[in-house]
Amino acid sequence: MLDNALRFLSLADANVRFVLLGSLLIGATGGMLGSFAVLRRRSLLGDALAHAALPGVALAYLATGSKSLPVLLFGATVAGVLGVLLIQFITQYTRVKADSAIGIVLSVFFGIGIVLLTHIQRAGGGNQSGLDKFLFGQAASMVGDDLRVMTVLTAVIIVAVLALYKEFKALIFDAGFLSTLGFSARKVDAMLMGLIVLTVMVGLQAVGVVLIAAMLITPAVAARFWSERLGTMVVISTAFGGVSGVVGTFVSSLAPRIPTGPVMVLVATLFFVVSALCAPSRGMLARWRRHRHNAERERRHHFLRAFIELSNKESRNTLPASSLAVELGWKVSRVERLGRKLARQGYAQRSDGLWYLTDAGVEEGIFIVKSHRLWEHYLYYRSILDADHVDRPADEVEHLLTPEIIADLEQILAEERGIDPDEVVNIHGTLSHYRRGGRE
Amino acid sequence: MSDPVHPTEAVPPIQIHDMTIAYHKKPVLWDVDLDVPEGVLVGIIGPNGAGKSTMIKAVMDLIPKASGWVKIYDRPYDQMRSAIGYVPQRESVDWDFPVNALDVVLMGRYGHVGWLRRPSSEDRRIAAESLEKVGMAEFAQRQISQLSGGQQQRVFLARALAQDARIYMMDEPFAGVDAATERAIIDILIELRSQGKTILVVHHDLQTVTAYFDWVIMLNMRVVAAGPTNEVFTDENLQKTYGGRLTVLSQAAQAMADHRRGN
Repeated sequence: MLDNALRFLSLADANVRFVLLGSLLIGATGGMLGSFAVLRRRSLLGDALAHAALPGVALAYLATGSKSLPVLLFGATVAGVLGVLLIQFITQYTRVKADSAIGIVLSVFFGIGIVLLTHIQRAGGGNQSGLDKFLFGQAASMVGDDLRVMTVLTAVIIVAVLALYKEFKALIFDAGFLSTLGFSARKVDAMLMGLIVLTVMVGLQAVGVVLIAAMLITPAVAARFWSERLGTMVVISTAFGGVSGVVGTFVSSLAPRIPTGPVMVLVATLFFVVSALCAPSRGMLARWRRHRHNAERERRHHFLRAFIELSNKESRNTLPASSLAVELGWKVSRVERLGRKLARQGYAQRSDGLWYLTDAGVEEGIFIVKSHRLWEHYLYYRSILDADHVDRPADEVEHLLTPEIIADLEQILAEERGIDPDEVVNIHGTLSHYRRGGRE
Repeated sequence: MSDPVHPTEAVPPIQIHDMTIAYHKKPVLWDVDLDVPEGVLVGIIGPNGAGKSTMIKAVMDLIPKASGWVKIYDRPYDQMRSAIGYVPQRESVDWDFPVNALDVVLMGRYGHVGWLRRPSSEDRRIAAESLEKVGMAEFAQRQISQLSGGQQQRVFLARALAQDARIYMMDEPFAGVDAATERAIIDILIELRSQGKTILVVHHDLQTVTAYFDWVIMLNMRVVAAGPTNEVFTDENLQKTYGGRLTVLSQAAQAMADHRRGN
């Protein structure tokens, strides 16, 4: 195994270099076209296309007796395209929905392919066993001639994507608008589909019909997590795909008879998992952190507002946790816990068993009390709700009001109701004023 | 032309002759005959399912016509595509697509750019200018899913402005937007009209029809009335447009659909 790894990494073997370059091309083109396929919601169609290609490979061999890649890929392309057209025919002229049509065509074509492969296996001698690499892929079986074919196809794909980038982008975002501009959306779509077909064909030998669709879908979906621009997404997806191809091939070369396709897909999936978890802003961890941050802020607001309301009511600046607990409707232990946390963050302090707010705590607290009360007034005076109904909605919205919205509210209430923003009256009738500034 | 509402001889920007539209063989819009004069702001109104969007989409060949023809400045639509700017319904696209506001507006220039070429710096300048016109300059680099509904609608309007067309077709540009956006949009429509452009707007709010539009097309599966607002926007025509389905037409349409399906 170590020998294999060293032989591989040294790149001394020409065959290894071919295989490596091949898998790089496959992964990269898959990632590149995958971005468009995924955004166009054509992932499953790509899968159907790949599965439907299998009988084409077998028939091309049966008809010609040749195992040269161009011949087999020609058969694969014809069968794959036939499958896609059949899916479109079924969805257009019957009431069968697209997912069912894809399911039916994919399994029928694949089934026929397996039957034909088994037949070839039984009928002929040992030399046709090479065809089953089209099932799960065998990167090691790529030779120089194969690579030339793949390089040409890859070059065609890259040039076409660069040339048609603007058209593809507009097609996927708004096909109707694109056609009003004088571009035939149908033609652009057909070209995109054609490139997806080519991409699948490039990868067929090394990745196999069963898993090649994953090389279209997975790097693209992973890349979307990292980017909000199509161009960047395509570049990242291409890189993810290329690395998956190379690493997958390397791992599968460590031991004989490990098919390349599954390993490549596993590596790509690793990119996906890491992206889905760790990507900034779209990733799960970032979303969870945002959620936790909001919940924390909400609890802090409740604490600060309760503190200020209560200290106004009782005209004192230090309060025991027990009265805060009553005001908040929380357990005393919960108040103490949150108080300690706020003390660490510099919003509150405790001395002699009593809590008081720091300047920062008072400032944010006054802002939140004001937000709450302004919003209550607004809901009440605009007669959306009755006075005894406004507290809960104000509770929910106070955390979200920005200083700009507050300013607007102040203006509306001052103009319409003559309410002085600095003396916002508690809507429930108790005329409690809060004082600006820190402790007395 | 001193009085655009009552044109005398000029070639109308849009001529629709005997146009019928059918979805799955079921007619949804019957025998539209219409000449829209130049330089007017036209409201297209009617109940849900009246064929308002269908009509403007059919004019732009986005859906096939069962019969009839459309001419733009007396020429077939196909030769005149670049004369028409389009604002589709906001819900018609996926706003989670990875582009920013400026990218979307730049798409309005693609017709001028042509196949396989890249937008020039001139195109970029026009796109940025269009964004500025709708008050969205500061959001140019903002990902479109992070814009509010009203802002997304402004981006669509800016994209149409970037097309630099003579005719504008807008599908419910006021749907679900805030008051400030509605005001901003109507100001732009008025400015476009003052430049002699012809604007067709699918509209829902009957309250504002007389204030916004100098021409109105009242639809309910056929043209109930079309003409200057002060002449055709009458109680009688409103009653005809909104007062229940045109039962004979709907029944006939259903019968045709059933017949084609072989029932």
